Amino acid sequence: MLTFALRRLLVAIPTLLLISLVIFLLVDLAPGSPASEIPLTVPPEVRAKILEALGVNEPIHVRYVLWLKQFFWIEPLNGIDAIFGTSYAEGEQRIISYQSRSPVFGIIGERLPQTLTVIGTAYLVGVLIALPIGIYSAYRQYSLFDQAGTIFAMIGFSVPTFFTGTLFIIIFAVWLGWFPTKYDTTLEVTDWQSFLQQLRQMAMPVMVLGLANAAAISRYMRSSMLENLGQDYVRTARAKGLSERTVVLKHVLRNSLIPVVTVIALGIPSIFGGAIITENLFGVNGIGAMLIQAIRGNDLPMVQTLAFIFAILIVLFNLIADILYGLLDPRIRYD
Amino acid sequence: MTDTDLGIAPPESQLRAVWAQFRKHKGAMIGLIILVLLVIFSIFGPMVWNPEKLSVAEALKLKNKPPALAYPMGTDQLGRDVMQRMMYAGRVSLAVGFVAMVIAIVLGTTIGIIAGYFKRLDGWLMRLTDLFLALPLIPLLLVMVMLFRDRMAGVLGPEGGAFVLIVFAIGVTSWMHAARIVRGEVLALKEREYVLASRAIGATSRRVILRHILPNVISPVMVAATLGVAEAIITESVLSFLGLGFPPDFPTWGRILFEGLEYITLYPERVIFPGLAISLTVLSVNLIGDGLRDALDPRIRGR
Repeated sequence: MLTFALRRLLVAIPTLLLISLVIFLLVDLAPGSPASEIPLTVPPEVRAKILEALGVNEPIHVRYVLWLKQFFWIEPLNGIDAIFGTSYAEGEQRIISYQSRSPVFGIIGERLPQTLTVIGTAYLVGVLIALPIGIYSAYRQYSLFDQAGTIFAMIGFSVPTFFTGTLFIIIFAVWLGWFPTKYDTTLEVTDWQSFLQQLRQMAMPVMVLGLANAAAISRYMRSSMLENLGQDYVRTARAKGLSERTVVLKHVLRNSLIPVVTVIALGIPSIFGGAIITENLFGVNGIGAMLIQAIRGNDLPMVQTLAFIFAILIVLFNLIADILYGLLDPRIRYD
Repeated sequence: MTDTDLGIAPPESQLRAVWAQFRKHKGAMIGLIILVLLVIFSIFGPMVWNPEKLSVAEALKLKNKPPALAYPMGTDQLGRDVMQRMMYAGRVSLAVGFVAMVIAIVLGTTIGIIAGYFKRLDGWLMRLTDLFLALPLIPLLLVMVMLFRDRMAGVLGPEGGAFVLIVFAIGVTSWMHAARIVRGEVLALKEREYVLASRAIGATSRRVILRHILPNVISPVMVAATLGVAEAIITESVLSFLGLGFPPDFPTWGRILFEGLEYITLYPERVIFPGLAISLTVLSVNLIGDGLRDALDPRIRGR
């Protein structure tokens, strides 16, 4: 198992390097150069100095290696410095955003909590809705509940989140007035009152993303349960006289959860993609909104770094899903 | 009385059998009807529904009208008839979905067949597929559209440039699932006796692939293609929704929804109509894909 994990980790490294190269080149070869952002009133020699300070005059491979070094070496060192109060990374050049002239990772650090609270809760809610639906619709296959679940999943697959989001805004914010249309990021939870307000403003984005995730996961849960319910060990368990509850919720559920857990792990990076839409719609000041802002503002270092972070998340959770699968299912042995 | 009549029904053509099975799938038939209606609405709609062009002053007087008999979906903030815009938008949205799907399927099938058939290339091509699967697609698509839009617009004009760019970008980032499915099928198919026999009589790889492999992977490819249309339509509308798709004044359903967002509190119908159109299209295409999967599977068919 350990050798498998190590081997997968080693394979992931060239994959990530290639992805980083693709992202770097795609963004770097594109027309929007930082030179066009400098006002024309700036004298030519000052402009040359600004460009030199931005480092855009270097040849492309030098910039790529420098960016990699900043990403994998200097930024983690800065992280260590920030946590332990050391000064390993002092004097090293960090990845600087063109827009705000401050370190990209500093800004990401500021935005990440917003994304994690909203998106994380949404995914959790999605899983919590999906599992019971999946279990019960498999247990009562072809029942009314199962058919309703199928329709729910089909709609969840098909209706894009930006439309469910706008529908929710129309119904719950405009007509009923239950929730605010925009998410207020400056709100600080200090007492019961502000906590309730936080809950109210989180309700709509969480429901939108949660329902979209629940649709897919409930289908996986259902088919996995169905597969296991027909197995011989279930008949054995029933023949032994175990209660129906024990049979379904202990024997069948534990075996059915194995593939579902990996699906849940695989879905985690993609929710950051979904976050781009939801955050823009509800005005959550998180990573996704930041990406759009950076793209609009031609902020190349920010876009490169964010896209690469998304790629790392995808590779990482693929790895985690593979390892989890081996750990949870004793029938699968990687040798 | 002929003596060939043995009381056995004549063998049905495969296409007819598939259609018979498809018709039994209630959801798929509903999906097909909805999709056909939407296609008719978009393609033939503007020929029938053609409100006269208004002068600027007249248009200003008619802006922001609620749905009525003269304007079934109301008018927008510039006095344009929303229904007519929805029709033109439908043409673009559907075209993007189909063309992007064709690109993705051609790419995916080619790569899948080559990877499955030629063992030497398998490892490399599957690495490539994994690499593409690990790319963060929505952010990358946004970046591609944003960065290359102006250059493409310079070459092909603002509308053509955006169309080619978006279709191409969606196509080259969504072939991976088709490639994987096709590769799996080809790996199993090429061990079959008829492929061996064909090779034994000296058929070239090209002939074996075109004659024996390709016809047998058609059914999974068709299912992947239907689902691909749905995905491409959603992706395009996400780009338009974020304001990074087609230029303004070139309506797609996603774009109309994006423009309606500004007026959501006053005129919610302006968001609901395009949103419904997108959702119905995707839903119907998904349903058709479901039905096709059942209809094309010979193990289910005839049961």
